Amino acid sequence: MNSFTLTQATAADEAVRDLTSHDGAAYLGGGTNLVDLMKYNLERPTHLTSLGLLPLTDISSLPDGGLRLGALATNADTAWHPEVEKRYPLLSQTILAGATPQLRNVATNGGNLNQRTRCYYFYDLATPCNKREPGTGCSALTGPNRVCGVLGTSESCIATQPSDMCVALAALEAVVRVQGPDGERTIKFDDYHRLPGDHPEKDNTLKPGELVTAIDLPEEGYADHFTYLKLRDRSSYAFALVSVAVGLKMNGNTIEKARFALGGVAHKPWRDQEAEKMLEGQTASPDLFRQVAAKVFAEAKGYGEGSLHNSFKIELGKRAIVRALKQATEMSQVVNPNVFLNSNP
Amino acid sequence: MSLQFIQEPLDKATPHVVPAQAVTLNVNGEDHTIQIAPWTSLLDALREYMDLTGTKKGCDHGQCGACTVLVDGKRINSCLALATVYQGKKIQTIEGLGTEENLSPLQQAFVDHDAFQCGYCTPGQICSAQGLINEGRCKTEDEVREHMSGNLCRCGAYTNILSAVMEVLHDGDVVVDNGVLITVPVASTKASSVE
Amino acid sequence: MSQTIATPPTVRLDSDVIGKPINRTDGPAKVSGAAKYAAEFGVTGPLWYGYIVSSPVAKGKITKIHADEVLAIPGVQQVFSHENVSSFAWFDRAYKDDVAPGGSPFRPLHEPEIMFNQQPVALVVAETFELARYAASVLRIEYDVEKHNTDLDSVIGEAFDAPKGKTGFVPPPKPKGDMNKAFAEAPHKVAGEYIHRAQHHNPMEMFATTVDWLGDGKKMKIYDKTQGAPNVQQYIAKIFGLSTDEARVISKFTGGGFGSGLRPQYQVFLAVMAALELEHSVRVVMTRTQMFSFGHRPHTLQKLRIASDDQGHIQALEHKALAETSQFENATETVVNWTGILYNSPNTNFDYQLSKIDVYTPLDMRAPGAATGNFASESAIDEMSYKAGKDPLDFRLLNYTYSDPTENKPFTSKRLDDCYHEGAARFGWDQRNPEPRSMRDEKGMLVGWGVAAGCWDASMQKAAAKAVLSADGHLTVNSATNDQGAGTYVIMTQMAAQTLGLPMQQVTFNLGDTNMPAAPVQGGSWTANSVGAAVKDACQEVGKKLLKLAQKMDDSPLAGVNFEDAQFVDGHIRANEDITRSVAIEDILAASGEDKIEADGKAGPNPINQLKYSMHSHNAVFVEVKVDEDLGTIHVTRVVNAVAAGRIMNPKTARSQVLGGTVWGLSMAMMEETYLNNELGRYMNHNYAEYHIPVNADIHKIDVIFVEEEDDIASPIGVKGVGEIGMLGVAAAIANAVYHATGKRVRELPLTSDKLL
Repeated sequence: MNSFTLTQATAADEAVRDLTSHDGAAYLGGGTNLVDLMKYNLERPTHLTSLGLLPLTDISSLPDGGLRLGALATNADTAWHPEVEKRYPLLSQTILAGATPQLRNVATNGGNLNQRTRCYYFYDLATPCNKREPGTGCSALTGPNRVCGVLGTSESCIATQPSDMCVALAALEAVVRVQGPDGERTIKFDDYHRLPGDHPEKDNTLKPGELVTAIDLPEEGYADHFTYLKLRDRSSYAFALVSVAVGLKMNGNTIEKARFALGGVAHKPWRDQEAEKMLEGQTASPDLFRQVAAKVFAEAKGYGEGSLHNSFKIELGKRAIVRALKQATEMSQVVNPNVFLNSNP
Repeated sequence: MSLQFIQEPLDKATPHVVPAQAVTLNVNGEDHTIQIAPWTSLLDALREYMDLTGTKKGCDHGQCGACTVLVDGKRINSCLALATVYQGKKIQTIEGLGTEENLSPLQQAFVDHDAFQCGYCTPGQICSAQGLINEGRCKTEDEVREHMSGNLCRCGAYTNILSAVMEVLHDGDVVVDNGVLITVPVASTKASSVE
Repeated sequence: MSQTIATPPTVRLDSDVIGKPINRTDGPAKVSGAAKYAAEFGVTGPLWYGYIVSSPVAKGKITKIHADEVLAIPGVQQVFSHENVSSFAWFDRAYKDDVAPGGSPFRPLHEPEIMFNQQPVALVVAETFELARYAASVLRIEYDVEKHNTDLDSVIGEAFDAPKGKTGFVPPPKPKGDMNKAFAEAPHKVAGEYIHRAQHHNPMEMFATTVDWLGDGKKMKIYDKTQGAPNVQQYIAKIFGLSTDEARVISKFTGGGFGSGLRPQYQVFLAVMAALELEHSVRVVMTRTQMFSFGHRPHTLQKLRIASDDQGHIQALEHKALAETSQFENATETVVNWTGILYNSPNTNFDYQLSKIDVYTPLDMRAPGAATGNFASESAIDEMSYKAGKDPLDFRLLNYTYSDPTENKPFTSKRLDDCYHEGAARFGWDQRNPEPRSMRDEKGMLVGWGVAAGCWDASMQKAAAKAVLSADGHLTVNSATNDQGAGTYVIMTQMAAQTLGLPMQQVTFNLGDTNMPAAPVQGGSWTANSVGAAVKDACQEVGKKLLKLAQKMDDSPLAGVNFEDAQFVDGHIRANEDITRSVAIEDILAASGEDKIEADGKAGPNPINQLKYSMHSHNAVFVEVKVDEDLGTIHVTRVVNAVAAGRIMNPKTARSQVLGGTVWGLSMAMMEETYLNNELGRYMNHNYAEYHIPVNADIHKIDVIFVEEEDDIASPIGVKGVGEIGMLGVAAAIANAVYHATGKRVRELPLTSDKLL
C-alpha cells in the first residue's frame, strides 16, 4: 500500500471539489473493496476523499412511488430496511446473498456498484492483465478462469462484475444518480456498467470525478414473484459462479412482465431484453423457460473445459435461469429476510 | 530462451511518505492516542500500536473474519478499515467483552462447547456472534449458520460454534443437536476375536 | 485366515480426570484474546518490521536488485537479498530440519536462482509495518526468466520410484501372487484413475516470527509460528552457528498448522537473519498470498484395480500413485500402503512414484498420503462392492482383516468392525435402498448414503518432560511440545493431575519453549501418546521421591510400601492394600523441608513391539448427501464418524479433533484445489476468497463415536491419537454417497457442481 493523504468531506459538492483538486485521488466509501485493492497495490491513490460524513445514508420514498437508496447507506441497512424488505424483497435477498455480515455492515450502496472484478489475474501483479495494465494481455483466456465470464467477453478481457446487489438492481431497472464537476446526472442501470471491448480498464461509464449519490428504484418491486438464485462453490461467503435475479408480474399462470439479470457471467450484470420479451404474455412452463435460457446463452463463449475453466457456466447458466424462473413463478423458494437459503438443502 | 521480467516500482515518482499524526481512538471505553499515518488499518492500529493483540490478522483482506471487532455495536472487518476515519466511534474488541478471569457469557459458552481448537479465529468468531446478537435478526440454526459464515475456522469447529452461539442467543433455552458424542467402552468389545 | 489377539493386561488408570470431558485449560486465554501468538509478543526496545518480497516468476535468475532506491526512503533500515546476505552456512545439511525429506533444502536468499514461483527474494526492514510493506512494493528487481515446467502430466514419463529418506515414510508393500493373472480371471472387477491437484494448508494464523533482540551478545527470544519449537531451534542454531542459549525458540500458541508448521518456514530464517545483522528486534509476518509459497499436499494421480470372486472376496488389489515433488527435494508420503492394511488379497501390487516440477517441495498436510490414497481406494472398494452385488458395508466386513497383510503382523488392537456396527446403527444404514438414484427427500432432492473406512498409524516418538512439585503443593510440568489446537495443554494437565492424584487446578502444564525438555514436532497424531507418556513418567518419578520422603516421616503409615503398591488419590499417597494407610502430599512436603521436588521423565517407542505388531487407529464414516441434480449442488447433511483410536484422554477435545477432521475431509472432497496456471507457473487462487474452505453454513450434523480400545502395546498409556484419523474416510464416503444419489462416479476432486452437470 502506498502512502496517501486523506480528507473527510462533509457534503457531496465538497467531496467532488476535494477529489478534483488532488492528482491521483479516489473516493473512500466503506473501503471494503478499495482498501483491499490498495493493500494488493492494485489501486494506488495518493489522496483519499473520505465520504463517511456525507449525509447520503437515507432510504426514502420518491414522489413517483419509487424508493431512493442513499449511496452511503450500508448494504446491511439497505437489505434490512422495512421498505426494502416489503416492496423490494428481491433486492433485500440479493444483498444478503453477498459477502458477509461484517462486510455488509460497512460496504455502501455506491461502493457496491464500483467494486472491481475478482478475476485471479487482475488480483495478481505478477501476471499480465489488460484490465489492470492495458496492453499486457489477458492471462485468463487460456489459464484457469473458473471465475470468469462467458457472455459479452472480448479477446482483451473475460472478467466478471462480482456484485450480487447489482444483479438485482439491473433486474429492477434502477437509476443511478451521480454528481460530478459538471453537476448532477442520472444513468440508467443498464448503462452504468460496460462491456470490456478494447478498454477493459474501464468498468463503468462514470466520468472523472463523478460520485454516486443515490440509487433510485422504480415503483415496481415484483414483491409477489421474485427470486435470487446464486450458485457458488460453498454455501456462503463466495462469489457467484452464476446467479439469476428475477422479477415477474403474474396474472394466474401468465407472465405479464418479466425482468431478469445474471451475475457471474459477464463484465456487467447481464440482461437480455429480447429474452425477457419472450416471457411476457406467455404461460409459465418449463419449455418456455428452456427456450428463454437457450436464447440468453446463444452467443455465449466458453474458455476451456474442466473445472478450472469456465465453459461449464453455459450449461449451468441455462439451468439456473430455468430454475430461477420456476421459483419466481411458483414462489417455491424459501423466503426468509434474515437468511439466504437458496443453496441450502 | 531468456526473457526479462522486471518487478517495476509501482510509484514512478520519488516515494514520499505522509507523516504520522496523532489519532485518538476510543477502544473498550478508553481513549487511546497514537501516532499513525492514514495508511494504518484499524487492525494494525490495535495490534501494533495499542498492544491489543486479541484481534487477529488471518488474511488482511476481508476474506476470513479473524479481525472482526464491534464499532458502535456492529461487527466489521477491522483489516479493511482505515483507523483514522474511526475516530469518534466506539470500538469494542475481544478484550472489551470479558477477561480471562471474568468471561462474558459468549466467551464462557465457547469454552464450554469447545467451540475452537487453535483459537486464532476465536476472538473474531465471538465478536461476530456478539454482533449477531446485537442485530437481533437471527433465531434459527440455519440463520445463525448463515450469519456466522463471515468467520472462517480452519480447525472446523463450526458445529460447536453454532451450539455456543445458540445457547447464548436463547439464554440457554435452546440446545442444538448438531451431532452427539457416543463412547463405546472397551467392555463391549466384539472385535479382536476369531473370525 | 484368522487371528486371535490376546487381551492385553489391564492398565486402565482409575480415571478421575483422564477420559473426562474437561474444558481446555487454555480456553479462557483463547476466548479473551489473552493468548499470545508469534506475531503478538512485545520486545525489549523498539521493534522493526520485515516485509518479504516474493518472486513473480517460477524459474530464472535475479540480475539486479535496486535496493538503493528503497534505502533512500527515511525509516527503511535494510534490504536483504542474496546480494548482501553472506553464506551463513555453506552446507545443505545445516538447513536440514528434523522432518526434511531427501534432497537439498531450500536456502532463502542464498543465491540469485529462482526455483519456484513466489520464492522469497528479499526482505525489506523498516521502522513500521506500513513502511516496510510500502518499501517492499517499490523495490525494483530484474530477472532473467527461464522456461519452467509445472505441468505434472507432462513429466509422467520421467517418474521414478520414491526414494527413502524422510522420517516416517514407508515404501510400498511388496507385491503378492500374480496381480495381472488374478485380475484377468476374476468375474468382477473395477479399474479407475483418481486425481486431485495441489491443496494448501492455510492455517488461520499466517506464518510469523518475532525476534526479541535481548542486547546480550547474540541472545534472542525467537517467537515463532511452528508445530515444534525444538525443530526450529536446531535449524536456526545450525545455520547461524548459534548456541541453544542464544537461539531460544518459543511457541506458546500456534494458530493452526495441519502440517504447514512441521518444517521451519522461511520467515523464521529471515527474521533471525535480520535481527543478527541489524542487532535489533524484528518481526516478519507472511501475507496470505505468501501462505501459498511453501509446502502443499501434492497433486497426485492414482490408479486402482480391484477384482473379486462371486462371493465378494477380493482376489486382486492394485494401487499405484504418482505425485509431484520439487526439483530440489523428494517429498514422500505413504499413499498406497493403507489399502493393503485395510483389505487382504492373495494377489496385490503397490507402486508409488514421484515426478519433479518447478514448484516448492510438497509438505505433509493433515493425514498426509493417507487422505490421498484413502479417497481413491475407498472409492474403488465402493465401486467393487456394487460390481460384486454386495452392500458397500457388507463388502467391507466380508473382506475385513484381523492382521496387517502388508507386514504379516497382528494388530495390537483393531475395533474397526465395531466402528462399522456402531456407526451403521447410529446412521440407520439398514434403511438404505441399495439401488443408486432410489432415494429422495420430501423436496425431491436426490439422497445418497455412503460409507468408507480409514486407517492411520498409532506411532510414538521420543519425548521428554520435567515435573516440579513446589512446596505449596502446585505441580508444574514442562515439555517443549506444541498445541496447534489439538488440546495438548488440557490433556497433559489431566495426565499429570491423574498420575499424582492432584486436582486439575493445582497443576500447570507449559509447552512451546526450547528451554524445556525436548519433544517432537506436533504431527502424525503422536503427541498425546509420546508426550503423555513422558509426562506420566516425570510425574511418577516425582511420586517415587514423594513416597520415599513420606517413608522418612516419623511413624510413616506408608513404611515398607513399594511404589507399585501405592496409589495417588485426592492429594494423598495411600497403600493399595489398605487405603487407610495414607499421607497427605502437603504433609510430606511440609515434613521434608524441601522447597520443591522435581524429576525428569521420558518416553519412546518400543522397538521390539514395533517389530512384532502393526499399530493403527481406524474409523468408519457414514455420510448422507442431498444433491440438486439440475444444478449440480451437493450438500452433506449428516455424518457419523466412528473412531477406534485406543483410549480417549478427553472426549471433549478428542471429539473436536474428529469434528475438525470431518470438516477437513468434507473440504477436501468438495472445495479444496489450488489452481496452477502452467503458462505462468503460478498458483492463482492464492487467497481465502478463491481458495475455498468450508464456512459455517456448509457444516451440518456430525455424530462422533469413540469405540475405545485397550492397548498397552501400541502405547504405554493406551493412546493412539486422533489428529488425522477423523479426516480419513470422509472424502470417499461423500463421493460414494454422491454415487448412490446420482449414479455418477466422480474420481476427480473436488466435487464441484460442474462435475455433476
